[in-house]
Amino acid sequence: MPRITVDVDGTTYTDDVSPRTLLVQYLREQLGKVGTVVGCDTSNCGACTVHLDGQSVKSCSVLAVQADGHEVTTVEALARDGRLHPVQRAFHDNHALQCGFCTPGMIMQALDLLAEDPEPDDERIREGLEGNLCRCTGYQNIVRAVRDVSRQMRPGAGPAMEHSGRTPAPRTSTEQADTRVTGGQS
Amino acid sequence: MTATPVSPSEPEIGRARRRKEDARLVTGRTRWTDNMSLPGMVHLAVLRSPVAHARISAIDTTEARRMPGVHEVVTGADLAERQGSMPCAWPVTPDMKTPYAPALAVEEVHFAGEAVAMVAARSAAEARDALDAIDVDYEDREVVLDVEAAARDDSPLVHEELGTNRSATWTFDSAEAGTGGDVERALRDAEVRLDRTFRQQRLIPAFMEPRSVLVDPTGEQYTVWSSTQVPHILRTMIAMTLGVGEHKVRVIAPDVGGGFGGKLQVTPEEMLTFLMAERLGRPVKWTESRSETMVSAHHGRDQVQRLSLAARADGTVTGLKVDLLADMGAYLRLVTPGIPILGALMFNAIYKFDSYRFTCTNVFTTKTPTDAYRGAGRPEATFAIERMMDELAAELDMDPLEVRRRNWINHDEFPFDTVAGLTYDSGDYEAATDRAVEMFGYQQLRDEQLRRRQRGDTVQLGIGVSTFTEMCGLAPSRVLGSLSYGAGGWEHSQVRVLPTGKVEVVTGTSPHGQGHVTAWSQLVADRLGVPFEDVEVLHGDTQSSPRGLDTYGSRSLAVGGVAAVRASDRVIDKARSIAAHLLECSEQDLDFSAGRFSVRGTDRGMALTEVALAAFTAHDLPEGVEPNLDAEVSHDPENFSFPHGTHLCAAEVDTETGRVRIRSYVCVDDVGTVVNPLVVEGQVHGGLAQGIAQALYEEAVHDEDGTLTTATLADYLVPSAVDLPEFHTDRTETDATSNPLGVKGVGEAGTIASTPAVVNAVVDAIRHYGVTDVRMPCSPQRVWRALSGARASSATAAESGGGLGSVDPDQPFPTGGDR
Repeated sequence: MPRITVDVDGTTYTDDVSPRTLLVQYLREQLGKVGTVVGCDTSNCGACTVHLDGQSVKSCSVLAVQADGHEVTTVEALARDGRLHPVQRAFHDNHALQCGFCTPGMIMQALDLLAEDPEPDDERIREGLEGNLCRCTGYQNIVRAVRDVSRQMRPGAGPAMEHSGRTPAPRTSTEQADTRVTGGQS
Repeated sequence: MTATPVSPSEPEIGRARRRKEDARLVTGRTRWTDNMSLPGMVHLAVLRSPVAHARISAIDTTEARRMPGVHEVVTGADLAERQGSMPCAWPVTPDMKTPYAPALAVEEVHFAGEAVAMVAARSAAEARDALDAIDVDYEDREVVLDVEAAARDDSPLVHEELGTNRSATWTFDSAEAGTGGDVERALRDAEVRLDRTFRQQRLIPAFMEPRSVLVDPTGEQYTVWSSTQVPHILRTMIAMTLGVGEHKVRVIAPDVGGGFGGKLQVTPEEMLTFLMAERLGRPVKWTESRSETMVSAHHGRDQVQRLSLAARADGTVTGLKVDLLADMGAYLRLVTPGIPILGALMFNAIYKFDSYRFTCTNVFTTKTPTDAYRGAGRPEATFAIERMMDELAAELDMDPLEVRRRNWINHDEFPFDTVAGLTYDSGDYEAATDRAVEMFGYQQLRDEQLRRRQRGDTVQLGIGVSTFTEMCGLAPSRVLGSLSYGAGGWEHSQVRVLPTGKVEVVTGTSPHGQGHVTAWSQLVADRLGVPFEDVEVLHGDTQSSPRGLDTYGSRSLAVGGVAAVRASDRVIDKARSIAAHLLECSEQDLDFSAGRFSVRGTDRGMALTEVALAAFTAHDLPEGVEPNLDAEVSHDPENFSFPHGTHLCAAEVDTETGRVRIRSYVCVDDVGTVVNPLVVEGQVHGGLAQGIAQALYEEAVHDEDGTLTTATLADYLVPSAVDLPEFHTDRTETDATSNPLGVKGVGEAGTIASTPAVVNAVVDAIRHYGVTDVRMPCSPQRVWRALSGARASSATAAESGGGLGSVDPDQPFPTGGDR
């Protein structure tokens, strides 16, 4: 089995993984990072969205071996010192979640969206979240939460606060705009 | 004795409290069933039939047993004597035909997706791999897909032993019931008679968390974690189905990721996981893939609705006859046969019909079983009647709002006994409609519609109306009894004041996203005068919450919330006697407010928290008073609650592409007293999303072999953020009189109301081309075909589905819509 070294939420792990293991399976089953969830098997729902080197990916469409040497951030790393990340706070304040199953992926995608476009209008927010399905909220409060937080966060705040120093510095908003999210195919 | 100062604060009821539940959910600190692992746990995978109807002639598991990591492989034959038959708790008629429903198919499969074998292995991947090594020989039998054909005597049978595909026929007749006149006479004497057939397409609940079950047999009790809406019902049903002592089963619904009726079920997989754990003597976990959910978790809706409406030329309705065919799918699950019957009492809606007759025939097909999906019977009824009211308006060239005003129950006519035998306790349809019309800019949109028609714009504007009510808060037990339901409709709560003054509320409701923890905290904090933060709500575990009937049918607040309030009142009564004893006064001299007992006319008193400590120490209690401040109530509601509202939808239809865009959506709902406006608005939004999705996007489509072709979220169009509009919501508040809080249910209202509003808007936009109906979902293709058919022949376009249920013979591909 291939051996991989991955930084997940600030801790470095070295593990033998089966080549077919998906990143989300590695996170949940081997690392116990169960805050990230699986909602489908066709990469449609986005519930498993995490960041790979500061960029959102659906972790069901990335093999664990592809994460070798990279930095993964999950929803579990966002709150610091008992304080919610502004996006988490905005989801709470705007009642942007009900059952909460899509929320980890939705928050990670919202961060990516804001890194790319710090002041998105509603249409841009809806487009940016199109790959993340929610069955409870009708999206209106999610859009509201992202709009709300965009006023509080500086450009690039998401990736910047995830940066641990062991991996390349996060992209600036200009670099981010030039880069497309590739679903893990770097 | 010192009194703890309690600062007067604003009341909790009506306050937009941010949810307590969120702190864990936004940080990923969650307890979904699949998150859990136990020592020695093995993983279960289920092999499913790829064919819709076949005899199982052989199953070879030899190879699978040899696969690495495999502990056990089990087939239906292995379980034939052990597994019992999956329960159906709603025998709607005494002669209802109920097929044998094994958790694991034994001799025959009746739908594609039915479980035929299962594997327990060290890892989920190894279990899944071993499924591929199981060899099953199927002898195909004829599939039965179209509900109308299935109901005919010459149809091939789904269950040979029943001798028919018709499970039951349920009838309500207002003349027979004494609640109204004879509908046939009304139709005969009608100045205007409308006959219409509507198709309620099959939907998939599509909760975001796939189902998961974990069973631990290593304790004195079996502990079952399940992603379920109904832990209490599940416990009883495991006991009754498998013959296990009920006291030997504990069921826990931990964090549950949505349900919408889809997890109001006792599933084959719950039984199978239990039986595998029993067999192996070690914990077993089953978690499904999305593709499994889509084919094996129950579906919803799926009815053919034939309606005849009698009216006078001035638009006054006089009679309504409803004839339904309801597709049960292959088996009767927990409440399958009762779902269409729930609509029986709702087709007359808010209108004063003189006569009414409802007939529903429940029919088997070789498809996934249907059961509750958000609204459960009432969306179907509301859709049909609201479409009919628009058809009547068109027929008489009246404004659809005017037709409704002419016929609805006026606010001064409540309580109102309906032709279906219900008593609506309260409502104010005028107020909700007036507000909605104002917000919507009704007249301006009508003016624009006219201009576009006159100009012949390629994009036409339509306005859809839905003035709905529904019955929810399931339910008065006596009513459920009269409908032959297998259980009551009460709910239970216990309120405990701990020695330190903190409060525990035990509820029998089982939230899965609704925010009960927050709302129940508000209710009890208000009642007891304790801080919101000091209240903990315990739920979803039959050990900590031993009695309850769980969460569905918008019942939790109106039944379970009221139980918590009544239990709080009993706590206060108990505390009052202790306080009177300690303060040496009579109970009648004590006032209780803001968490404090005061002796009237003095400055003496004591806080509830002090009484709690006194009860705990028990040093000086009055005669006969037990040393605690706990109280419990089983509350049985006296009536349903009847939320109502007016929904208005403006839709733009591109006549060249068939694409529908919702331009504006306004709804004014009346759900009575609001405990938490934030939560209520969230429920309305989510409900709207699902109702709009039925109108425009979603459909479970089967091919001619009975294979579900919409078995992934790539094919089944759960709307994304770009597919839904911004909703403009408001409320009127007409209190329910049937409960002390004045509350009504809100969980299903948006779903029930919105579907007809959208379809009415679509039809309204293109009615002047000769289109009188567009079948749901109103995909660009369907709208375009309706238009092109109408334009070519001046008649309604031939809609898909002729003779093949969901399959369009001219277009044998999924027609679910476009993104």
